[in-house]
Amino acid sequence: MQRASLMTSYFLIILGAVLVNNVVFVRILGLCPFMGVSKKLETAIGMGAATTFVLTMACGTSYLIDTWLLVPNHLEYLRTLSFIVTIAAIVQLTELAIQKTSPVLHQVLGIYLPLITTNCAVLGVPLLNIGLKHNLVESLLFGFGGAVGFTLAMILFAGIRERLEGADIPVHFRGTAIAMITAGLMSLAFMGFAGLDKYK
Amino acid sequence: MLPALLVMALGAVLLGAALGFAAVKFRVEGDPLTEKIDAILPQTQCGQCGYPGCKPYATAIAKGEAEINQCPPGGDEGIRKLADLLGREYKPLSAEHGVEKPKALAVIDEQRCIGCTLCIQACPVDAIVGAAKQMHTVIAAQCTGCELCVPPCPVDCIAMVPIAEDISNWKWKYPVVAIRPVATR
Amino acid sequence: MRLFNFNGGVKPEPHKKNAAGLPIAVLPAPSFLVIPLHQSIGGTPRPLVNAGDFVLKGQRIGAGDFSTAGEMSSAVHASTSGQVVAVEERCMPHPSGLSALCVIIKPDGRDQWIARQPFDYRHHSPSDTRAYLRDAGIVGLGGAVFPTHLKISSGKHSALDTLIINGAECEPFITCDDRLMRERADAVLRGIGILRELLNAKQVLIGIEDNKPEALAAMTAAVQSSNQNGMAVVAVPTRYPAGGAKQLIRVLTGIEVPHGKRATDYGVQCFNVGTAYAVYEAVALGQPLISRIVTVAGNVAAPRNYEVLIGTPMKDVMAHSQPLDDTDRLIMGGPMMGVTMPGNEVPVVKATNCILVGSPKLFPPPPPEMPCIRCGECAKACPANLQPFELYWFSRAKIFGKAQEYHLFDCIECGCCAYVCPSNIPLVDYYRFAKSEIWAHEREKESADEARERYEFRQLREAREQQEKAARLAAKTAASRAAALAHVAESHPATNANQSAAEVSESASAATAPDQAAAPTPAELIAAALARARVQATEAKNTTAPTAAQQAEIDAIEARRAEIRAQAQPHLPPDD
Repeated sequence: MQRASLMTSYFLIILGAVLVNNVVFVRILGLCPFMGVSKKLETAIGMGAATTFVLTMACGTSYLIDTWLLVPNHLEYLRTLSFIVTIAAIVQLTELAIQKTSPVLHQVLGIYLPLITTNCAVLGVPLLNIGLKHNLVESLLFGFGGAVGFTLAMILFAGIRERLEGADIPVHFRGTAIAMITAGLMSLAFMGFAGLDKYK
Repeated sequence: MLPALLVMALGAVLLGAALGFAAVKFRVEGDPLTEKIDAILPQTQCGQCGYPGCKPYATAIAKGEAEINQCPPGGDEGIRKLADLLGREYKPLSAEHGVEKPKALAVIDEQRCIGCTLCIQACPVDAIVGAAKQMHTVIAAQCTGCELCVPPCPVDCIAMVPIAEDISNWKWKYPVVAIRPVATR
Repeated sequence: MRLFNFNGGVKPEPHKKNAAGLPIAVLPAPSFLVIPLHQSIGGTPRPLVNAGDFVLKGQRIGAGDFSTAGEMSSAVHASTSGQVVAVEERCMPHPSGLSALCVIIKPDGRDQWIARQPFDYRHHSPSDTRAYLRDAGIVGLGGAVFPTHLKISSGKHSALDTLIINGAECEPFITCDDRLMRERADAVLRGIGILRELLNAKQVLIGIEDNKPEALAAMTAAVQSSNQNGMAVVAVPTRYPAGGAKQLIRVLTGIEVPHGKRATDYGVQCFNVGTAYAVYEAVALGQPLISRIVTVAGNVAAPRNYEVLIGTPMKDVMAHSQPLDDTDRLIMGGPMMGVTMPGNEVPVVKATNCILVGSPKLFPPPPPEMPCIRCGECAKACPANLQPFELYWFSRAKIFGKAQEYHLFDCIECGCCAYVCPSNIPLVDYYRFAKSEIWAHEREKESADEARERYEFRQLREAREQQEKAARLAAKTAASRAAALAHVAESHPATNANQSAAEVSESASAATAPDQAAAPTPAELIAAALARARVQATEAKNTTAPTAAQQAEIDAIEARRAEIRAQAQPHLPPDD
């Protein structure tokens, strides 16, 4: 019984992070890659995959740093700074590791990895973790869920943008303007998932 | 204060080491951007951009030394593709580098050709055949229409003839709805 | 026999009754024949005749262009005997209305054949047979005019599983194959037999739409009397486009040829009945393809099928059917896939299966195009299993890469999607536009790639030439220096030198002091060079009396040249 309710809460954390509190559409985080690399479906998928990996890692390590290094030393005010440093290091090390172990994957993700350093979702989700007082497993799940939500948003948006390219859009709305409007409408749609939010 | 400095110093050292290591390790050989730009350029090798060929121009664009609107044969479409690739703003074709013209082929008036070989030396793609004091002629299939052979000719026997539309290169036009008068009463 | 089904398709009004009821009429030669040289897919044949030449019926007037187009070309022939009036550009039966090279023949009325010799394909190699069909100008007469000899050579497998003969003739108005099968079933069957032997096919399926009972009966009777095993006439359900090659293959065998594959990869090959008849005429009678059966229908008083000489102007053919007064256009082909002709002067070519006479009443102008509402009717109707609304979306917006991703090039332009479209969108026009744009882009890209390669090679060659020149120059300087040194050194003793050496010594010693000879001055070098030139002038040239070794070398070079010439010979286009 205890176990089942634990699994349920884990599942709810993931579901909540993916849909109800979608990083992009609800929390409005990580908009630069969301607008920047969503012109093509392939790049969106690549960016989503790379972010998923880095964000999950970042949540785990930032939790460890916070619990073992910052809190015992009463250095909570260094959180943002030390998390940024950690994320940057993780991104670089991930890149190295991927290049060494899987050149094919590196070909696919290579150009997106450095961009993740500047993705505010990757900093925001670990900070949220601290605020929500998640433990290690919950942090990892929340990070993974957030990243899946980000990927979902990227893929949906890229699909729409690919079609938008062929649409009859009034001249002044072409390009970024219509992309912004689309993002707003998608955000509205995702707000609808808030009704699922019964687990609190 | 001290722990804070120590933690940050530790972080900085670790990150610095990682970045330095990555910079050495993650070195990309060659410049894939130049290749991509070169693939968009029309390969006329005409030099109207101010560079001795398409590849040098591509290198210059990749380095940021040249504008993307210096290629008249590539035309508007070429500039748009370059702007798309490089994320730069679209600019209309710069007038000082020439105007976009329909593709043409060089044709040598064989009666007037004196066989000086000057055009052969000027042709960037070796599309002119002939020998000294013999008549020269242009291999039509390989001519890029760069016009580089025109100025060196001492007897002005080379003309640029626009490629005419024939059955093999005719294109279906974009469907347009014909405007018809509506019966009014 | 179990039949299969293809997706989609439409059932337009057939309009076939009137023309199908009358026998084929053989038309006499018109006052002038305009025979385009380019009548098949592939390269344009080059003319073999000049203005003023007399030609016989069946004489080859255009030889396939095999230099640039490879094997992808087919010959053309004079349709009757007469005088070549001109070889000039004439308006082609093509939607562009552009001109291309045609041979214009004024018939002499004697209709005199060339010497006709049946071709014994059983005693010739397959490559000879292919060359014979190519030179007889046999192409697919269903409308695609793909050279038939290529379809025979493409059978790389030793045996073909199924040979499909396409007598479906699914487009409205067209009845030429129907009449051909009714009247000349035996000849068609003999043509099929020849094709079967050439392809080594295990079974033959003759697919005919079930709205042609007479043709079905005639072909069945012919098959029974011929006693061929593994040959069957199959009635296929009437549904447009059952006559598309891929659709007919699907219906008869259940094989669905996927994207990027050919029917032959699955052991199936498909020929039109008209092509089979042309093969029979060429092989058994020795007659090249100079005429075909053409349906004249539509806005005419007397629709009928005619056997028409290739090159007959369409207006002459049409006149026999008495077009009505409100005729405003000619369509080559049927109402679904046909293209409007630029005028009625254009000639009948090998691709002309039907001359459809149009009027504003018969084919009213289409209602205005409205926006796509994504109802999906076109996807239901598409016999190629494509998503026409997606193809339309991307073609209209000129996003050609995406259109290709949605397999634009699997579209057979059958027109079913446009037929069912409730918004009256001319979908096929958009696909044709997108296809020709993509082809143009590809041509441009190819020529750009070639130019890049040639430019880079030229850079390389120039660098190498410069290097070689520098090396030659260095070697020459070094050699002349050494020679001069040797001469100067030799000339100083000046006791037993020969005539020229003495001269050198005179001039050399006049110019410089004897004890400074170790380092030759410029004056000494000049003197030495002059001396060498004088010696060379008196010596015999190396071409006047070559030594035995040199002569042998020259002979070897000449032999090599002769060999190259001999090798080049068979690749030159064959002349008559």
